[in-house]
Amino acid sequence: MFSNMIIGRYMPGDSWIHRLDARTKLVLSIAFIFVIFFANNVIGYAFTTVFTLLAIMLTGLGVGVFIRGVKPLILLMLITTLFQLFFVQTGDVLIHWWFIKITTDGVINSIVVFVRFMLIIMFSTILTLTTQPLAVADGMESLLKPFKKIGLPVSELALMLSIALRFVPTLMDEAQSIMNAQRARGVRFNEGSLMTRIKSFVPLLIPLFVNAIKRAIELGDAMEARGYRGGDQRTKYRVLTWHRQDTVAIIGFIIFTVVLIATRWMM
Amino acid sequence: MTPIISLSHVDYAYPNSDVLALHDLSLTINQGEWVAVIGHNGSGKSTFAKLLNYLLAPTKGEIKINDVVANEENMWVIRDMVGMVFQNPDNQFVGATVADDVAFGMENRSVPREIMMKRVDAALTEVQMMPFADREPARLSGGQKQRVAIASVLALAPKILILDEATAMLDPKGRREMIALVRDLKARMGDELTVISITHDIDEAASADRVMVINDGELIETGLPSEIFANADQLRRFGLAVPFAEQLKEKLRQRGITVPDEYLTTEGLVTWLWQSISTK
Repeated sequence: MFSNMIIGRYMPGDSWIHRLDARTKLVLSIAFIFVIFFANNVIGYAFTTVFTLLAIMLTGLGVGVFIRGVKPLILLMLITTLFQLFFVQTGDVLIHWWFIKITTDGVINSIVVFVRFMLIIMFSTILTLTTQPLAVADGMESLLKPFKKIGLPVSELALMLSIALRFVPTLMDEAQSIMNAQRARGVRFNEGSLMTRIKSFVPLLIPLFVNAIKRAIELGDAMEARGYRGGDQRTKYRVLTWHRQDTVAIIGFIIFTVVLIATRWMM
Repeated sequence: MTPIISLSHVDYAYPNSDVLALHDLSLTINQGEWVAVIGHNGSGKSTFAKLLNYLLAPTKGEIKINDVVANEENMWVIRDMVGMVFQNPDNQFVGATVADDVAFGMENRSVPREIMMKRVDAALTEVQMMPFADREPARLSGGQKQRVAIASVLALAPKILILDEATAMLDPKGRREMIALVRDLKARMGDELTVISITHDIDEAASADRVMVINDGELIETGLPSEIFANADQLRRFGLAVPFAEQLKEKLRQRGITVPDEYLTTEGLVTWLWQSISTK
């Protein structure tokens, strides 16, 4: 069903970026979204684009994979771009026809928004494409640890996340077989008007819910039987280790940020 | 022989149910024994299994595991001694990968990481799943998942291993492998490990030292597999399958051939057939 989606999918590999710690990648992906707003001119954007492309090269997956990943979002990006184009009314007027007024500022703004969108999406797909979901969950847990002090149940959240991730393929398979079972009994998915389509998903969703509850009960039993009693006194089998390349990546990113800020005053 | 499990007059009724799932159950299981509990669907087998590690608490009566009374207070002590493998291989796989799943029980007991690593490796080697340590459950077969489930129990070194219909959802090959694995373990660990297998499967029950028949929450009979299986009529009455050799004997009897009354394994029947033909 989601075979074309690349967002959130992991592509195995052994590149420099693949081997980075999940925490590094998480922090840098989030930082990038903020840092990109420092760019405010052509040089800044060109520099950011080069940096993003460099990061993409380091994943060893090829630019094509990323472009394909952005494709499903193109429509969304274009709509936002068009809004900028039509609603920004400042600057010199280029075209003025009936109620449509396109200005230089509008054109610039729409290009900026488009590029920004593109770069942010591409940069964040690096994280999901090169990191196993499990490592992302571990990274999140480790980053959230400071919030334990204010009462956030970090270890429970992490367990929930890792169980959820572990059951994604299982539930996908189950959804598929329920769908086929219902098809064999005459249910038609993806046919008819919007309402009938929505209704046709009921025979898929209800068994899926019921089974999920059954699974939850059995999993709970299995966890208890193996001595799970919640809390923080659990030790961890899986640990994240910080390597030298993580430090290199962080330093690289800081240099990038500094240079990007510098470009603001270059023009 | 020292008893490791003893139940005296145990009743269990599920909440919101008037019917007793188990009624006046009294029995003892000795250390190192392999006991198979058989009975039709809804006879109370699984309820029995869950009582043994305090997933369920008896409504009446007393359960003792290795001289520890099963109650709220001793719950975790009991769960340290009793390891359980459930029916559905998917729904008991907690970890995101094989190694994580084996480590889960140890994580719960705050075992230091260095010891965990060693014990994960040892347990996986024991069930021949070492090459799959980094695999995700979605990429394993049902039989492999159940072997991982056994490994995660073994990593905790329990005294008692309960297989709660652990082979019910496997194909014949997976089922045979699993029984062979338990048999190996039992042979290696001897009296260190007590196995209770709750099952429909006749082959699994035939591997046991002793068979208990539960029907509608009551213990009907207990005896050697050969004693229980010889009585095909009674097995049928309780909705159970009859071993292949017994089915064949009955078909032969219908054709007027006199067959021995005592229980025979498949191999035993083959030998008997050879002898009776060559002495004719």
